[in-house]
Amino acid sequence: MKAPSFAYAKPGSPAEAFELARRPGAKLLAGGQSLIPALNMRLSQPELLVDISGLPFREISLEQGVLRIGALVTHSEIEKSEEIARHVPLLAEAVKHVAHPAIRNRGTIGGSIALADPAAEYPACMVALDASIAVAGPGGERLVKAQHFFKGLFEVDLAPGELVAAVEVPAQLKDQRSVFLELARRHGDYAIIGLAAYKGKSTRFVFCGAGPTPVLAKHASAARDLDTAVSLLEKDLEPSADLYHSAATKLHLAKVLLKRAWTTLST
Amino acid sequence: MDHALDITLTVNGTQVSRRVAPRQHLVDFLRDELGLTGSHVGCEHGVCGACTLRVDGEIVRGCLMLAVQANGCRVETIEGLSDSKELAPLQKAFHERNALQCGFCTPGMLMAAQDLVRQGNKVSRNQIRAHISGNYCRCTGYQAIVDAIEEVLRTEVIHGKG
Amino acid sequence: MGKAELPLHAPGTQLDRGYIGQSVPRPNLQRLLQGRGAFIDDLRFPRLAHVAFFRSPYAHARIKRLDFSKALKQPGIIGVFDGRAVAEYCTPWVAVLAHLKGIKSPPQHAIAIERACSQGEACAAVVAESRSQAEDAVGLIEAEWEELPVVVDMEEALQGKTLVHEDFDDNVCFRRELDTEGAAAAFERADVVVEDTFHFGRHTGVCLEGRAILADYNAGEHSLTVYHATQAPHMMQDIFSRHLNIPEANVRVITKDVGGSFGIKVHVYPDEMATAALSVMLRRPVKFVADRLESFLSDIHCREHRVRVRLACTKSGEILAFDLDDLTAIGPYSVYPRTSGIEGNQVVNLTGGPYRHREYRARLNVVFTNKNVTCQYRAVGHPIAVALTEGIVDLAAQKLGMDPAEFRRRNLIADDAYPYTFPSGIKFEKLSHHQCLEKLLAVMNYRELRAEQERLRNKNIYRGIGLAAMIEVTNPSPAFYGVGGARISAQDGATLRLEPTGMVTVMCSVTEQGQGTEAIFAQIAASAVGVSLEKIRVITGDTGVTPYGGGTWASRGAGIGGEAVLQAGRALRANILEVAAAILTLDRQELDVQRNQVINLLTGEVKLALAELGRVAYFRPDTLPLEFQSELTVTRHYTPRQYGFTFTNGIQASLVEVDADTGFVRLLGHWCVEDSGTVINPMLADEQLRGGIVQGIGAALYEECLYDPDGQLLNGNMADYLVPMAAEMPDIVCAHVETPTRQSQLGAKGVGEAGTAGAPAAVMNAINDALAPLGGARVTRMPFTPERILDGIARARSRA
Repeated sequence: MKAPSFAYAKPGSPAEAFELARRPGAKLLAGGQSLIPALNMRLSQPELLVDISGLPFREISLEQGVLRIGALVTHSEIEKSEEIARHVPLLAEAVKHVAHPAIRNRGTIGGSIALADPAAEYPACMVALDASIAVAGPGGERLVKAQHFFKGLFEVDLAPGELVAAVEVPAQLKDQRSVFLELARRHGDYAIIGLAAYKGKSTRFVFCGAGPTPVLAKHASAARDLDTAVSLLEKDLEPSADLYHSAATKLHLAKVLLKRAWTTLST
Repeated sequence: MDHALDITLTVNGTQVSRRVAPRQHLVDFLRDELGLTGSHVGCEHGVCGACTLRVDGEIVRGCLMLAVQANGCRVETIEGLSDSKELAPLQKAFHERNALQCGFCTPGMLMAAQDLVRQGNKVSRNQIRAHISGNYCRCTGYQAIVDAIEEVLRTEVIHGKG
Repeated sequence: MGKAELPLHAPGTQLDRGYIGQSVPRPNLQRLLQGRGAFIDDLRFPRLAHVAFFRSPYAHARIKRLDFSKALKQPGIIGVFDGRAVAEYCTPWVAVLAHLKGIKSPPQHAIAIERACSQGEACAAVVAESRSQAEDAVGLIEAEWEELPVVVDMEEALQGKTLVHEDFDDNVCFRRELDTEGAAAAFERADVVVEDTFHFGRHTGVCLEGRAILADYNAGEHSLTVYHATQAPHMMQDIFSRHLNIPEANVRVITKDVGGSFGIKVHVYPDEMATAALSVMLRRPVKFVADRLESFLSDIHCREHRVRVRLACTKSGEILAFDLDDLTAIGPYSVYPRTSGIEGNQVVNLTGGPYRHREYRARLNVVFTNKNVTCQYRAVGHPIAVALTEGIVDLAAQKLGMDPAEFRRRNLIADDAYPYTFPSGIKFEKLSHHQCLEKLLAVMNYRELRAEQERLRNKNIYRGIGLAAMIEVTNPSPAFYGVGGARISAQDGATLRLEPTGMVTVMCSVTEQGQGTEAIFAQIAASAVGVSLEKIRVITGDTGVTPYGGGTWASRGAGIGGEAVLQAGRALRANILEVAAAILTLDRQELDVQRNQVINLLTGEVKLALAELGRVAYFRPDTLPLEFQSELTVTRHYTPRQYGFTFTNGIQASLVEVDADTGFVRLLGHWCVEDSGTVINPMLADEQLRGGIVQGIGAALYEECLYDPDGQLLNGNMADYLVPMAAEMPDIVCAHVETPTRQSQLGAKGVGEAGTAGAPAAVMNAINDALAPLGGARVTRMPFTPERILDGIARARSRA
């Protein structure tokens, strides 16, 4: 399957990028690990690819208890980063489930966030950690809370011409715990269902693969004991069936992950 | 050619300049423009790993990278790494253990395996399996490949290359 | 391990197997390791054109109108052609064989003309200067369709309310019934009757290299050279010749490196025929490589069966009879030329295979649907037959409270009971079921695994052990296809030529797709002639060069091709000694060839290097006696004749752990003991078993082509169709027993498909063994996804 014809531009500055990205039929290209397969399969027919890999969004920096991870940081860099391992262990755990080494060398956190595949790991982690997405545009940078950023199926809070510049994640403190669990048929596959769990002053169980966006299981998260949490999960989640699993099975698997995460977070 | 762009990159140590269509992915560029047919096309959706090659020292899927994105990059293919003898220990182990049958997955598999060998860590069989879990082989059932990689890692560790 | 007596030297001399039985690394691997192979898509030709196909989006629709006007205007377009245009160069075919009584199929064209009968059927061809440009133009073809009713469900297809083909009265492609006289009575009088229904998911080959063909027509000679990733070049030569109307000897089919085949690339594909026709039409080379999406849609699928099975036995566990009702769904056409009736036919032939019962009843219905076509894929009907047999056997053992190994031991045909005719009519020369069973139980440490299983059950960890005994068709005689009228050769030939420098070139009609055909031929040839391995060069896959033969299929390469090589090698050795005797003026009986030299047989004294013999024979025959002519090129052919099929036997075991919460299955171990006669290269044989087992695991746990009620393939890509990858696969222990066949000097049977034949049954039985404590939960619908396993557990719980 050969991709259809398109033009290509590589802006040298954010301003140039904003302008190019606003053009009709323009699509942003970061790592390309999701976009290029779609092009090869002719599922997408853009007029112009705007390659943002030259923009200055590659830093990982810790400032005042917040870890800012540039959008162009690759999954491999996240995997190898000591800062992320220390300050955002949830992400360090989640990245192990992302595809395979050759994909991780090119795929970026910004790309994953902007695409917001319902089965993707990072969006669920962002919501679990109450992170913010730094959106850059002609007007400057704005911060959007993760749970507001993911609006619908492959739909995020990005206006034409805007792009994800970074994510800002509160650094995990000593009394906080997190765990990432995922069920997939084969190592590196998209999750059937995944759970990013955070326990601090409050608890947040956020599922991927359970809806069009990451789903914060509000009732289960507020429960005092595991049995209650599990029974309340039915109020929180309405997963759709996929090719291989019925909706009931996905809910059942979500409960299994919930039990396992709860146990881990409590020990 | 619509939208064509000029690119210059280093392939197996040699600088090449070509005019390419943006839509052409890197492995098609290498195969069709440069005649380097050792990297193979298996799926063009980044899943099978047959197109795995090295760009700026890191393994990537050649089908998920556009040739234009490789402008200014250093690309290494199976032919280059064979001629430089970097892959010789793995190739010898693969040969002796029949870690290939039809050979179609082999260039990509060797690239992935070499990536692990270069990391120089002590790894278990399960970790070897996890590292190559993005490279599809239909012929071998993977065991001989794991055996070959394990043998090279063991030898590398013995010789202090870890 | 039994050793085959294989005299390779002249009578009266020391017995020596040479390289036979040695795990020699394959000589032809270096180029593949360096990415310097030559797969069809690697070849470059002047004026090479590329074809892409406009494929039906509908499972069943009349093609009312095709508009190529926009497509033709695209850059790089050479031509756009519909079915009628291609039909002027390529005649249609009907895939029936005389020995499958009553089989029927409509004619199929290279490009559909009136209607498309499955999603993905090619309805137009675009030829362009590049594949990209061809695909661009495909996207601009405008079509008007009249949607027709779609038949997807096999039970509905059998009922026949909606017909796939209006010209037929029903949707039955092939039907067969078999009933031994005492079957009904056996079921009446049995103490125990168990029954179950098994479903097998339609799946496909997913060869890493897509189907590939490059046809090069030379208008000056009316000749066609086809570079084709095919397993059977001579069969294709015949087919191109007949359907494109080019004299047979003007057609040359050459196979280069093939990136996996497993049966996928032994069939005739309409898009490949179209490619060849377009080359003739356009008088230039045309290439087609199936991309991954079209592979899923159009490579043959296989093994979609629903089978009801019953087993009757005594209360002491003696099997009396099997009874099966097999319904299988193929596509809208029987596939050419081997037909889509063979897989079901094999299920009827082989079910119950390892066991001593005498009564058997079977019914088979092969029905057309509007899903993709199906045909032979590695192990053909064996995975089904073995799973049915071994699944129902385990159920009987469970009902009697008997250990599954013991139940089998009571019923396997005795190792000294041969030759033996099985109730379905198949004949066994000599098998070793008991020897293999005992070896398996020892190698896997069965008792210890059972004890460990028990211990872990008390901790709510559910492990299962599954056994699968099996028989396997190899080295078929003309009984498979030839008797039905197919121009598919069951014989093969090998030509061996001593080169002037003392090297030996081997040209054989069996082909290589990675299994190591060329390696074992080198081993056999070197051993038979008396040269060292590095002196051998093997050429396969070229109808212009090799003898005429059948190619690779039904695990026949080693047994048939190998025998031809062996006989040719021995004959060449004899001729070499004739020449040596003439050169040395010695008695031929005193000489032998060893390690590239002619030696004195008794003293071992070196008399003459082969390189020197070659020099004299080719360049200085004036120094030899007047009437003497050297014949240093020898051809021999071989056909298995005594047995319709040379059966092998084996037994596999799987150890699994099932997570009862998630339904996930972890494969902890797999064992295989196989008796494939003389083993030429143990390493290659083991690797064939391993690769085959992993394919079988794919069928058991992962692989299924999913269709919706409109006949749309839902998961035709690498992300959604799941193939086995390294992280989930177990290490596989292989062991061998050797019972050589007496039909050949080599004594080799086949081994290429055995792994795939037995693995699904072993894994299924292991899963059900693991689930047994959970209220007798049981799964019988492959692939065993977490969904199906959780469902099985839930149903058992609700029954309790």
